[in-house]
Amino acid sequence: MTPRMLDVKQSILGVNAAAAQMNRKLLDSHRVLMISLTSSPGSGKTSLLMRTIERLRERYRIAVVEAIAGSSIDADLIAGQNIPTVQIHASGACHLDAAMIRKGLAELDLHQLDLVFVENIGNLVCTADFDLGAHKNAVILSVPEGDDKPRKHPMIFLKSDAVLVSKIDVLPWFDFNLNAFSEVISDLNPAAKILPFSARTGEGMDGWFAWIRQSKEELNGGKDLQGAV
Amino acid sequence: MHELSVVESLLSLALKNAEEANARRILSINIVVGDYTGVVEEAMSLYFGFLSKDTIAAGARINYTHVPAQLRCRDCDILLPLGRRDYRCPRCEGRRVEIVGGRELYIEAMEVE
Repeated sequence: MTPRMLDVKQSILGVNAAAAQMNRKLLDSHRVLMISLTSSPGSGKTSLLMRTIERLRERYRIAVVEAIAGSSIDADLIAGQNIPTVQIHASGACHLDAAMIRKGLAELDLHQLDLVFVENIGNLVCTADFDLGAHKNAVILSVPEGDDKPRKHPMIFLKSDAVLVSKIDVLPWFDFNLNAFSEVISDLNPAAKILPFSARTGEGMDGWFAWIRQSKEELNGGKDLQGAV
Repeated sequence: MHELSVVESLLSLALKNAEEANARRILSINIVVGDYTGVVEEAMSLYFGFLSKDTIAAGARINYTHVPAQLRCRDCDILLPLGRRDYRCPRCEGRRVEIVGGRELYIEAMEVE
């Protein structure tokens, strides 16, 4: 047969995008808000989740889908909170994808939930390419990592609805310029909410809780159903 | 770093298109890769060789077209190269810039027989 050209023009990650869309629809049908948390390793995803569960568990029925890379040390902490937890074993992987989240959601009773957090694998690069189907994407950057990260890895900051700056209790000892950082984020992604906080001192945590409440209200069409079934 | 999952998707998409066109063999695949996708050619080729070896895509060449990321000033509507340290428009000195391009990742065309 003679060689011939096929015009394709199809996205390579289109399958993932379609799976993500299905996840969102599934969650929508149960009015469950899913928020994904992405950061470098050690930026404080688990600490933020622990404080968030402690604070919001009376208000919302919460579950966590947790990537396990190497050790279950984080997942054990979360499971100790006595809420539904799904562990996705992803040793050696650099990101979660929508199909993994789909399997994780299948293990949860969505009728009994208001809020699902996804803790992605610690990585600011690969995670940016894979939509998981979350309603809101939050990225966390810790003060010791430096304020130049949006220049080096802009995509994850462009894709995020909330940009959290963790460990602000150590700001006096680092060169992290919070004003300059916030300016760059506002320029690149004007819609993103910038939320500096410290899980240790509790400073700024109220802003994060308010953002979650507002996101839940958006999903419920203006009303915070507050645990209504 | 995530080339393995990218290659898995690439291969299944290529095989599906080849099957629909009743092709017996895939000779080459032209893909468009944005600079911000974090996809490295060497790793792609390595995984592709491994995953495709028992398929009609075995031995196919992957041709890459890279798309650079650029800045666009929202006020002046001009495109600027990325890499300016301060994300500032050289014309109006404004900072209302956005990144355009660089996220592309798709199969443009394939050569089959």
